[in-house]
Amino acid sequence: MIYADNAATTRLSPAALAAMTPYLTEAYGNPSSLYTFAGEAKAALEGARGTVARCLNAKAEEIFFTSGGTESDNWALRGVAEALGKRGRHILLSAIEHHAVLHTGQWLKKQGFEVELLPVDDQGTVTPEALKKALRPDTVLVSVMLANNEIGTIQPIEELAAIAHEGGAIFHTDAVQAVGHIPVDVQALGVDLLSLSAHKFHGPRGVGALYVKKGAPLLPLIHGGGQERGRRSGTENVAGAVGMAAALQEQLETLEADMARLTALRDKLIGEVLRLPCSRLTGHPTRRLPSIASFTFEAIEGESILLQLDARGICASSGSACSSTSLEPSHVLLAIGLPHPIAHGSVRLSFGEDITEEDVDTVAKSLAEVVNDLRMMSPVWDAAAGKPIW
Amino acid sequence: MMYSEKVMDHFNHPRNVGELEDADGVGQVGNPVCGDIMKVYLKITDGVIEDVKFKTFGCGSAIATSSMATEMIKGKTIQEALTLTNAAVAEALDGLPAHKMHCSVLAEEAVKAALADYYTRRGEPVPPECRIDDADSCPLGHG
Repeated sequence: MIYADNAATTRLSPAALAAMTPYLTEAYGNPSSLYTFAGEAKAALEGARGTVARCLNAKAEEIFFTSGGTESDNWALRGVAEALGKRGRHILLSAIEHHAVLHTGQWLKKQGFEVELLPVDDQGTVTPEALKKALRPDTVLVSVMLANNEIGTIQPIEELAAIAHEGGAIFHTDAVQAVGHIPVDVQALGVDLLSLSAHKFHGPRGVGALYVKKGAPLLPLIHGGGQERGRRSGTENVAGAVGMAAALQEQLETLEADMARLTALRDKLIGEVLRLPCSRLTGHPTRRLPSIASFTFEAIEGESILLQLDARGICASSGSACSSTSLEPSHVLLAIGLPHPIAHGSVRLSFGEDITEEDVDTVAKSLAEVVNDLRMMSPVWDAAAGKPIW
Repeated sequence: MMYSEKVMDHFNHPRNVGELEDADGVGQVGNPVCGDIMKVYLKITDGVIEDVKFKTFGCGSAIATSSMATEMIKGKTIQEALTLTNAAVAEALDGLPAHKMHCSVLAEEAVKAALADYYTRRGEPVPPECRIDDADSCPLGHG
């Protein structure tokens, strides 16, 4: 099997599992308890916080553990909106955000906020000009993801955050797909809030974090026993936090070498695949995650491509409508200007660090076979002309 | 896997794929905006569907339902083919996920569109059973 769906989730690192195990077994104390036995769990939790903070160039007290990326995004948006709602009601989100952000935005709209989507260009980039144009005196929050999960495009966050700040808005970035895969430095980026999720970088499921810059206005989302210095209640997931920290640290140890290797393999695959007629790369050709290659193929449909790849032992993903339960293709592919018929034929391959050149060659060969096979049975593919008849 | 073994069998080994150059009736339904298009070719002799081929652009269940529908009408009389329903196609595949039922509707419609074309080519009135209501299958295409 070739697992090429690491943007969906990743394999738990053995080092992370080993680091977690004591806190799932013997060291089960509640970090909030006073007795010595709980001290071990408390120390592990704070150790994990320190590690995650160092990996992001943040301070330990700026890291808050959550249940994952979705909670972090919900908290960032609702927490800022509620804190600043009296000052302004205008919120800007990029059109290609994850649903954790977009659907929270829809919810805020129902609460009376004015939520506007920032357009992206045809490579999926939010341009500084687009943000400048959309910012208003009553804009309280701007949220633009660091790297897109479907097309891999990396946003010019430093520039966008600076523009938002000039306009007096708080800046949040969903870095779920980026952390552990490209360098992420909260100070260099200049963001106020940043979401991350452990299972996207070989940590466990069900744990993530929100970086909250000291002084950033943010009300709690989850109320209760006052854990996480009163800002995120709920008995701490010690094992999860420890696993996340161990996985992140491990990823960063070899980050540069992995990025160089994955970029070379990704570009090799892109070169091979684009030789197929009526195929295209989605997202930015160079400012993209090293691990993500995403394509569309005209006259065939994404779910069929995935099922045929699966039959050849390759796990991939698609933004086609048919691979979801809705009839709409991915909002990301529509936002970059692809018409529906083309967006239906999308495939995303996202590699892990253990991918080999041989695997990439197999994927390229299999994809070519699958695309050809499906086109042979497509009523909208003209085999003689080598193009679709829409 | 959300699909039954039968769906996967018909997806991985679709029956009756191709075109018929001397077809007596050809029907195409669906549209590219919705992401599925089915085209059915019929060869009819003495009121019997002697041969049938299809081409489909669409997801796994679109291909599987096309394959199953063509298999269900091959060798049957026109009268028998006119009684084909999407529910029968879905049942023959051991069921489809709810959000994929529109694929079976499309398969029934493709067969009926090809039969309607057969009658039209012969200058005969199209039977009411051939009438299709494609509003069922794709809300997007009408938006």
